[in-house]
Amino acid sequence: MAKIIDKDAVVEDSWQLLAKDFTGPLPSGDLLLPLNYWLDNRDTAAAHDGKIGLWIDSDEEVEGLADDANQFPVIAVNFPAFTDGRGFSTGRLLRERYSFQGQLRAVGQVIRDQLFFLRRCGFDAFQLREGYDLEDALNSLCDFSVRYQPAVDQPLPLFRRR
Amino acid sequence: MYIYDQHDQQIVNERVAQFRDQTRRYLAGEIAEEEFLPLRLQNGLYIQRLAPMLRIAVPYGLLNSKQLRKLAHIARQYDKGYCHITTRQNIQFNWPQLEEVPDILAELAEVEMHAIQTSGNCIRNVTSDEFAGVAPDEIEDPRPWCELLRQWSTFHPEFAFLPRKFKIAVTGAEQDRAATQVHDIGLHLVRNAEGETGFRVLGGGGLGRTPVIGSVIREFLPKEHLLTYMDAILRVYNRHGRRDNKYKARIKILVRAWTPEVFAEKVEAEWSHLKDGPGTLTGDEIERAASFFTAPDYEKPDDSAAEQTLAEISRKDIAFGKWLQRNVTEHRCPGYAVVHLSLKPTGVAPGDVTDAQLDAIAVLADQYSFGEVRTTHKQNLVLADVKKSDLYELWQQARTGGFATPNIGTLTDMICCPGGDFCSLANAKSIPVAEAIQRKFDDMDYVYDLGDLSLNISGCMNACGHHHVGNIGILGVDKKGQEFYQVQLGGNDEMDTRLANVLGPSFGRDEMPTVIENILEVYLDNRHQDESFLSTYQRIGSDPFKERVYGKNH
Repeated sequence: MAKIIDKDAVVEDSWQLLAKDFTGPLPSGDLLLPLNYWLDNRDTAAAHDGKIGLWIDSDEEVEGLADDANQFPVIAVNFPAFTDGRGFSTGRLLRERYSFQGQLRAVGQVIRDQLFFLRRCGFDAFQLREGYDLEDALNSLCDFSVRYQPAVDQPLPLFRRR
Repeated sequence: MYIYDQHDQQIVNERVAQFRDQTRRYLAGEIAEEEFLPLRLQNGLYIQRLAPMLRIAVPYGLLNSKQLRKLAHIARQYDKGYCHITTRQNIQFNWPQLEEVPDILAELAEVEMHAIQTSGNCIRNVTSDEFAGVAPDEIEDPRPWCELLRQWSTFHPEFAFLPRKFKIAVTGAEQDRAATQVHDIGLHLVRNAEGETGFRVLGGGGLGRTPVIGSVIREFLPKEHLLTYMDAILRVYNRHGRRDNKYKARIKILVRAWTPEVFAEKVEAEWSHLKDGPGTLTGDEIERAASFFTAPDYEKPDDSAAEQTLAEISRKDIAFGKWLQRNVTEHRCPGYAVVHLSLKPTGVAPGDVTDAQLDAIAVLADQYSFGEVRTTHKQNLVLADVKKSDLYELWQQARTGGFATPNIGTLTDMICCPGGDFCSLANAKSIPVAEAIQRKFDDMDYVYDLGDLSLNISGCMNACGHHHVGNIGILGVDKKGQEFYQVQLGGNDEMDTRLANVLGPSFGRDEMPTVIENILEVYLDNRHQDESFLSTYQRIGSDPFKERVYGKNH
């Protein structure tokens, strides 16, 4: 099982992420389905005996999911390259516009130096790219104690708290 | 000038610690090269041709004397005794050691400075009018708004990995002295029919490979909505800007592909969710920001007496008179003047300033201008609040310091990027071209006779030297490993911003002074009385210039 950061701790993770072009019968266990697969196969997904979550790619618009988001215990947002910052907006939209309450997970080529920003944008679970000492990476969650802007972790800008 | 509170200081201190740790991990091999790249860039650190280059933020161009002395110290201690003023009002050091950059940042933090977001695909340092707060043509001081934008953009969690870099410029005057129309966003403080001030928002301008003049995205934005509206623009850009091709990734490409009207509609739609949210500025916050930029404690000097004395000295001391004419500008307060310190003497790379000069300028700022100085996008420095009765004394000291060359706004006051001497992106050198032109036109009477004229040089199409918006623009190009220079005419970066037109085939470096001479001769032969170069060009078009430069059969 893979290790991820869940909130402030390193944990074992059992979710299996299915490829974007996945077809055929669903494997057993807890599954993260590609957004389009779920949109096209809602009944198959509903009949699955494990838990169902979704993953959204960086070029996919969360508007397609909108108020259905809260059906899922986990939504993952893919960062195909760590320089592709679209997922930061996707995260905020899920939390702030569609009031998503479940686990919001950053997956793909995420680097530890993005953890602070990701958490601000509403992510609370992180699957970093290969090669990190995850315990050490936890330090990057708290790179800054000051937040100028309103975001998910602090809905008021500094100027309303100063 | 803005003064940090504990929060502002804290975040800068935490940045130093963060970058120190990132540098340590990089040097220990824990961070791969490609992963460290954006991290160091977002701290202004480039790996250049000869050494790293560190770009330090000068928020909207404001510096105090304490900061100048710190920069002088850094130049001495960590560099080769000089630094460079950039076309976005920032300061660059060309020779720092990578290992020492965290220490440099710690030194900067002591004087409320940093290098945050001076490069990389994020929101860059906000630039503004070097005459902010003193310009007679000002509608409202842009600096409080620049500071609010600085704080909003600093470590904005959503916009640290944009498709490409993002530059904002703000002006509050009738004249555009901040090149706002060639920025990703240009903000103009304007007054509406009800007499309220707000922002005209321009989007999608930019230089570089595809130069574009910004389009009006919103005619009037009430001020309290500035930050939520910015969030909406940036979110639309972050989500929809192209990421498949870095040459098509700037917001200008998106605005053009969608048309400004459609882009504006998308921004309005996004904004409808954010408008009136917690990011809306409060009256208290606007007041707090404005409280740092009140007028200094001006005396009430006798303006006409001072003018009379200046006229008398100018008659006796011609050199002073010339400096007064070219380097001193009108101030809104009677008895005061705005002084340009020229960083364009012949033989020095345009915009370079030494440690000793920085120290000397700090003394001048303390003595004559309430301890403050401004950097300009034309790569000079400005003392904004000088009593007219102090001008003669100030000039004598500035002359000793080597920054009283009376050439502001003239041919020899060139904008010039560091070019191939330093920059690893450059296709050609630019500093030697600037110097050769300065040497060719060393007759100041000839230069004065040409009047206001901008000559901008870039060593590559990234256009740091703003060649597209120079009256005369020079672009360094590479042809099979050889350096050549393309000439463009008719650009302008002021209110009536225009992009220059390419004159024709490029020239070798040795030919450039003569090419420029020929162009200037066409102007002098054709101008009507005191018509400017730009007006003459607009009237007669490019053909006469082509004929002279390339011969009849071009």
